[in-house]
Amino acid sequence: MRVRIFFSKTEKMRYTSHLDLYRAWERLLRRANLPLSYTQGIKPHPRINLASALPLGFTSIGELVDIHLNDNFPIEYIFSTLQKTSPPGIVINSIVEIDAKDPKLQSQLEASVYLVTFKYFVPDLEEKIQMLLNVNSTPRIRRGKSYDLKTLLLCLKTLPFNEHGQQQIKMTLQTKEAATGRPEEVIDELGVIVENCLIERVSLILDINTEYETEPDDNDLQGLTCQ
Amino acid sequence: MSSSAELHTRFFNLLPKVQKPGRYTGGELNEIVKDWADIETKIALVFPDIYDLGMSNLALAILYEIINNRPDALAERAFSPWTDMEILMRESGLPLLSLETKHPLYQFDIFAVTLPYETLFTNFLNIIDLAGIPLFSSQRDSSHPLIVAGGHATYNPEPIHAFVDAFVIGEGEEVIHEIISTFQSWKNSKNTRTDLLIHLANIDGIYIPSFYRDHYNKDSSFSHLEPLFDQAPKSVIKRIVAKLPPPPVRFIVPYINTVHNRIPIEIMRGCTRGCRFCHAGMVTRPVRERPIEEILTAIDLSLSNTGYEEIGLLSLSSSDYSQIIQLAKNIGEKYQNKNLSVSLPSLRIETVSVDLINSLPSSHRGGITLAPEAASEKLRATINKQLNNDQLLTTAQECFSRGWTTMKLYFMIGLPGETMDDIQAIAKLCKDVLKIGNKALGLRAQVHASIGTFIPKAHTPFQWCGCETIELIKAKQIYLKAEIRGKGLKITWVDPKETILEAALSRGDRRLAKVIYEAWKMGAKFDAWNETNNFPLWVDAFALANIDPAYYAHRLIATTDPLPWDHINVAVQKDFLQQEYLWSLQGFFRQDCRNQCFSCGVLPVYKHLRMNNPGDFWKCPEVNCSNLGQTTSGNLD
Repeated sequence: MRVRIFFSKTEKMRYTSHLDLYRAWERLLRRANLPLSYTQGIKPHPRINLASALPLGFTSIGELVDIHLNDNFPIEYIFSTLQKTSPPGIVINSIVEIDAKDPKLQSQLEASVYLVTFKYFVPDLEEKIQMLLNVNSTPRIRRGKSYDLKTLLLCLKTLPFNEHGQQQIKMTLQTKEAATGRPEEVIDELGVIVENCLIERVSLILDINTEYETEPDDNDLQGLTCQ
Repeated sequence: MSSSAELHTRFFNLLPKVQKPGRYTGGELNEIVKDWADIETKIALVFPDIYDLGMSNLALAILYEIINNRPDALAERAFSPWTDMEILMRESGLPLLSLETKHPLYQFDIFAVTLPYETLFTNFLNIIDLAGIPLFSSQRDSSHPLIVAGGHATYNPEPIHAFVDAFVIGEGEEVIHEIISTFQSWKNSKNTRTDLLIHLANIDGIYIPSFYRDHYNKDSSFSHLEPLFDQAPKSVIKRIVAKLPPPPVRFIVPYINTVHNRIPIEIMRGCTRGCRFCHAGMVTRPVRERPIEEILTAIDLSLSNTGYEEIGLLSLSSSDYSQIIQLAKNIGEKYQNKNLSVSLPSLRIETVSVDLINSLPSSHRGGITLAPEAASEKLRATINKQLNNDQLLTTAQECFSRGWTTMKLYFMIGLPGETMDDIQAIAKLCKDVLKIGNKALGLRAQVHASIGTFIPKAHTPFQWCGCETIELIKAKQIYLKAEIRGKGLKITWVDPKETILEAALSRGDRRLAKVIYEAWKMGAKFDAWNETNNFPLWVDAFALANIDPAYYAHRLIATTDPLPWDHINVAVQKDFLQQEYLWSLQGFFRQDCRNQCFSCGVLPVYKHLRMNNPGDFWKCPEVNCSNLGQTTSGNLD
């Protein structure tokens, strides 16, 4: 069976890379003693598909992973087992069953919503955001290739101060296999050093056509339209 | 002094600025965090290299579990920060913190460091300094942590005597409890630091370097070590455990990639083969095996505790484990379709080893590693490696025909009595193995020659031999690099400068403490890393201390000369080592001692342990009341 797991990558795993997160998932599933499906071939790999790489230093409350099991189990069983075996940096939020024939998780991705908290006060933040929103294009170069950040930025807005009195912004960036916007580049455009920010992915937005048996919690489907 | 909350904020603010911040965060699965305020004795377990290496150190994992199992003690880990983090820490005056609760190391009661190899010495000094603790034992008082050092490099403790308060000579599993309880009663008594050291000196296996003074002859050669207190024993006998305690099963699972991503299960300690260059083979005697049921239970528990996909069955010579076939069979049956790899390092070069690996579950069939060490019969007699090239070629044939494509061969150059013929033999043997591989696989075979360099080590039959000069080592490496090349052949080697440094430190006396200190002061650290070119710093440090490194690295020592480590009794006696040395010069083999005891000295030293622990899990003969007197004759101090 194929299941989709909604999980958080919390503070303890802030500095765990994408590849290491993949290993952490393999070990988590092995501890759970669930019959994880492996690819065939000389060097078999577990069939674990993480939706989108989360950059080092980010946390997330809206990650997605698809796993393939060699047997069928009730979702509640998988949920309670994984909760017991997850490491301190992974929190299981919910699990749904997915049709094994559905396209790969990565190819269903549309966008990501990020919450950015500024550790130090940023003067004129609102003005800087408006300026960025008002220009027609924001040309940038990444690894020698030029692109327009503006076309990838679907939404950007300030939020009320958090409980520590820190400024926060929320942004939605396109997250497709060929075209992915990065929040640190938006932060750079705002003239802030990325090390002075805490960045959290709030949710991953999939293709509108994706349907679930149970609606996932806290999946910000409004993000696309920037209300 | 800063408040702990403020320290934490400063620490976490540095993390986004360094490579691999995951090295410094802790918080992994199976980490043990105790309530600091509630625990009487706090111990920092220190490995003076980066997290990525240190997390694979088995000694640390064993002690972590043993100490944390005590309700009155806690153990937290600390590793060297990489250079980028160190710069930031020094700039902001942030001391080194433990991984678990982020307490500065100077707040711990005991700073326990493991030193498996000599090229960690400068890192050891650096980590004491980063911890905000005075470097020299003589500068420390009751307000500082007690610095305790152990590990293979401390079987000659003299070069670092000035920085360590107490050495553990030998195995730590039992002595750690004695250290903790001695520390606790001393702390409650509110006596002086010297008083603590005196009590520690009474524990078997503990060596207090400050209780001795070194003396030299007029020609500046080492004369003797003089005990300064009545409580300082003339000789410190290596501590061992009679029975290996059950292995750790709750390994911490790192969030980042480390050098060995596997569960290490020690199946046996010690080796009966008696290779004459091998430090581990001499200092870890006697051989003690772990019961097969205990190993199987440990595998089961640690797999469910960690989820690892690989298990390493560790020992110095895995195929010598008495029940290895049964063990492999049981593991094979139990984990056949579980995508589990089982690795068996240190196999003997016999076809039975190939059968053995073949029977183990493995998710992929990559390379196989064999260690012929020398390529000529003559040199193999010198080093006591009983094997001939026909056997090796037959084993190679077996491996290639069963589908392994890569064979890694370990050789050593610079061995005593080696000539260019022996070096040529290495190149020829590699090519012969490749030929067999290509015949079996149709030009797909790979032979990887890993060329190490011989370093004379204290407490081995070759402790009197010199290490070869840089020029000679280089010449041999150049020859091998030119010969072992082309399709299917690969060669790796060790930088001769690193070899010379390790050789000088391995046979050092107390005078080297100054050299190590000066080298560290000039910035030497991570000496075991290829990319750090610290050799010029070391040359300067030796010059500054007015010491010739060649004297320590290259000198052929007379077997009658006193040695700076003579007071460390590793149980294998000096007269046995001398005989082995003589036999090596004469080209005589010494048989595997599990079949016949050759009186290396281990049994007399541990006769009571052996008498109370009969059974064939020890590979030394049994001792009973009737032969007790006989065995001890003439061999005890």
